Amino acid sequence: MIVKEFRQLRRDRRTLAMMIFLPILMLVVFGYAASFDVTTIRANVVGPQAERLAAVLPVPFEVEEVDPAGDRADAEMALRDGEVPVAFVTDPGGVTALLDGSELFIAKAAKASLSNLADQIPAGITSRVDVLFNEELETSAIMVPGLAAMILLFVGTVITSLGVVRERQAGTLEQLAVMPLGPWDVFLGKIAPYFVVAAIDMVVVIVAGVWLFDVPFRGSVLVLALGALLFLFVTLGIGVLISSVSQNQGQAIQLALMTLLPQVMLSGLIFPLSSMPGGVRWIGYVLPLTYFIQISRGVMLRGAPIDALWAPFLYIAILGAVVMGLATLRFRRSLAPGPPRRRREREPELQGAAR
Amino acid sequence: MSWGVRDLDVRFGEHRALQGVTLETPNGRVTGVVGGDGAGKTTLLRCLVGALTPDAGQVRRPDSRRIGYLASSSGTYPDLSVEENLAFAAMAYGVPAAEARTRADEYLERAGLAAARDRLAGNLSGGMRQKLGVIRAMLHRPELLVLDEPTTGIDPVSRADLWWLIASAAAEGAAVVLATAYLDEAERASWLLVLNDGRTLAEGTPEQIAAGVPGTIRVSSRRPLDEAARRSWRRGATWRIWSPETARAESGTVRPDLHDAVTVAALADELDGGVERGDAA
Repeated sequence: MIVKEFRQLRRDRRTLAMMIFLPILMLVVFGYAASFDVTTIRANVVGPQAERLAAVLPVPFEVEEVDPAGDRADAEMALRDGEVPVAFVTDPGGVTALLDGSELFIAKAAKASLSNLADQIPAGITSRVDVLFNEELETSAIMVPGLAAMILLFVGTVITSLGVVRERQAGTLEQLAVMPLGPWDVFLGKIAPYFVVAAIDMVVVIVAGVWLFDVPFRGSVLVLALGALLFLFVTLGIGVLISSVSQNQGQAIQLALMTLLPQVMLSGLIFPLSSMPGGVRWIGYVLPLTYFIQISRGVMLRGAPIDALWAPFLYIAILGAVVMGLATLRFRRSLAPGPPRRRREREPELQGAAR
Repeated sequence: MSWGVRDLDVRFGEHRALQGVTLETPNGRVTGVVGGDGAGKTTLLRCLVGALTPDAGQVRRPDSRRIGYLASSSGTYPDLSVEENLAFAAMAYGVPAAEARTRADEYLERAGLAAARDRLAGNLSGGMRQKLGVIRAMLHRPELLVLDEPTTGIDPVSRADLWWLIASAAAEGAAVVLATAYLDEAERASWLLVLNDGRTLAEGTPEQIAAGVPGTIRVSSRRPLDEAARRSWRRGATWRIWSPETARAESGTVRPDLHDAVTVAALADELDGGVERGDAA
């Protein structure tokens, strides 16, 4: 039995490679990524005393923009648009620190730093801290938009990845290939049900989050729906891509998890991107979930308009076009009759003999 | 109208799966493709329906809307019911729903599947699933119906049902091509192509193939021990021994049937090609 298992394992090289290299890769990448420590906090400083305050702001604050002519409204807009997680508003009455509560760990770190800083503020100047968008700094407020994104990712990638490979294993893919259905008919037919299920799932999660956990929904439903639509195309495309390069459901699940895990760990869903070392953070910047989380948290918690979220929208749209293009090409190849030499097919074992 | 392949060559890496195979499949005729393991039957059928592109040769087939194909698996969805499987095929081939229902009812009734129409295909027996696969392939009344070993592994009653379906398709004017490894069944086809190692060994009606056996076949109660062992095979309780020389009809010689003819063709091919497998039985 053991020998048989080893022989089978040796033939499934993809699984073997994943078993050996994936843990090492995960250990290195996730080891660096798994950190809640916030070492730098980008901040804008506005108001008449902006330059003076910017000059004395200690670590971990890193001044991004100083605007003596700006006021609280400007600072709030910068936070809402996701430009910086912290803004200091100076006026004759004192200093107000505005914290973006949708960046939970950064806001908590900033709050802790500010309480230490209070001792250094000269007498006569009052200081206060206002947490915006997630006033109580509740974890559920940032997790619900993130979970909505996770559900789209899970249904779109993991469940869809089984779609084509199941046809291959059931022997129905060849049947589809000779039916009068174009690759696009099959492709759209495959993804449409998952699209609908994922969309319903997402609505349920968001409605439940708002009702049960009092997560605010400040932005436009349409903007979030558009973001979800684009993100779903990316995840469905990845799912179909995985499905068309996998020989069996086991391989498909392995590959799907390989795309899922880094996104959960490196997208900012759990660990803040700013806490990650540069090399690991750049992996996060390539992953689609990173951008949809920016959209979902931006729209739901901060009420960010679409023009403030153009960058994640643009990236997801480009990624969607690339992934869908690749998935369609690969899918077309799965269905099209290829020269046998290139496909490395073998005559199936047949039963019986003529003799 | 006649469909078919001409001078077909297919390679899988170094292995030549088909070598210069030609087959005509006129409408209304049931053509059987006969051969043993790895003979090239499935490869030929896949080329014919367009699931595989040959390395050389020509394929003449109708538009995909007018082809019905049953792959070596039943090609049915185990998590759909019998009716749902047929409804999907009908929609894919553009058969109007009412027409599809009428035809499905007729075929299901005749194939003994009427009571199973609501059962999941995955819960059907192997024979029932094969019958469903054949009905699915012929539901849109294709001009070319290609069935890869439709009767393998199923009981005689189901086999009779299947042959009724196959004969119905041919009677409706379809060119039917089916692969089989069972020679008793191949005799039901009106035309046969016998393949061995990707090459054509014989072609014609079952009677023509049986009549075209060269040499003489003798019956013996014992297996020969000399070099004739390479030219002998078991048939029931007796052994048959083939010799390439034609002898006068005498006691102990038999008139070859299709089984004998195909076996002799394979033996002659092996002996000519110097292929030696030891025991020819």
